[in-house]
Amino acid sequence: MNNEATLNHGHSHRDDLGSKMGMWLFLLTELLLFGGMFILYASYRYMYADNFKVAAMHLDTLIGSVNTILLLTSSLTVALSIAALQRKQTRFSVYLLLFTIVAGGAFLVNKYFEWSAKIGHGIYPKGPEMANLSDGEVIFYGLYYVMTGLHALHVIVGLVFIGFMVVFILKGKQTFDNFQRLENAGLYWHLVDIIWIFLFPLFYLIH
Amino acid sequence: MSENTHTQQHPGYGLYILVWAGLVGLTTITVALAGFNLAGLTVVTALAIAIVKSLLVTNYFMHVKTDSPVFRVFIFVCIAIFIVVIVLTFFDLTYRFPLK
Repeated sequence: MNNEATLNHGHSHRDDLGSKMGMWLFLLTELLLFGGMFILYASYRYMYADNFKVAAMHLDTLIGSVNTILLLTSSLTVALSIAALQRKQTRFSVYLLLFTIVAGGAFLVNKYFEWSAKIGHGIYPKGPEMANLSDGEVIFYGLYYVMTGLHALHVIVGLVFIGFMVVFILKGKQTFDNFQRLENAGLYWHLVDIIWIFLFPLFYLIH
Repeated sequence: MSENTHTQQHPGYGLYILVWAGLVGLTTITVALAGFNLAGLTVVTALAIAIVKSLLVTNYFMHVKTDSPVFRVFIFVCIAIFIVVIVLTFFDLTYRFPLK
């Protein structure tokens, strides 16, 4: 593949396509990890359909919707940031990434208040309210904590990942013609977005 | 073998913003629909909208539409495995716990 990129950077042994393939293979294992949990959700929902509807009514649709918009917008700014870097608009690219970090942080703050409210009502493993709930509702909240919790963990990892990219761009390690690491960070962030796209209707909108 | 496929293409800001607007629009629709009683179709419509949204994200934000076809093969294999497992699980589940 003797294109221009190879001639200019032949000495650095870069393999952007290979790097991206590795990232995608990792992302697909993540998809199957969450996929297993979605199958668990589907199975229990099949068995306790009515209880799931009752439990879902107690989740705050507004917070869920706001968080969806936050994640979608943060995905947009990551995509725009790569486009900006390609156009050598380095400063704009960094601002877009910083916006992404703020939006992701706001998502986590909302999640904190949401979980705190539920825990305040005694809804947590072995919590006082759990004894009054049906089996299906207890399972629903168990899945809710595990799935949104694992997702929030991915948001935190994604934010750290993107934070590193800001540093790399500022240090000139990611540039207009060498941005595969930024693209991989973006792919990870978009995956986190996609998982939320499915979590949101399944937990908040099924009543 | 360093094949940098993106140096040639510069996806426009406008397209990304358009995709984002579509995603926000679909979110509004799915939230609004949840207020109605669609009986058995509630989950189906919610999932259909979620699938359209994830297609928008993968094709445009994740560049699968313009990338090498090998990524489509990766994703296809992964989704196929997922579908096989969920179908087998439900064969088992519906046999053990038939709906009354």
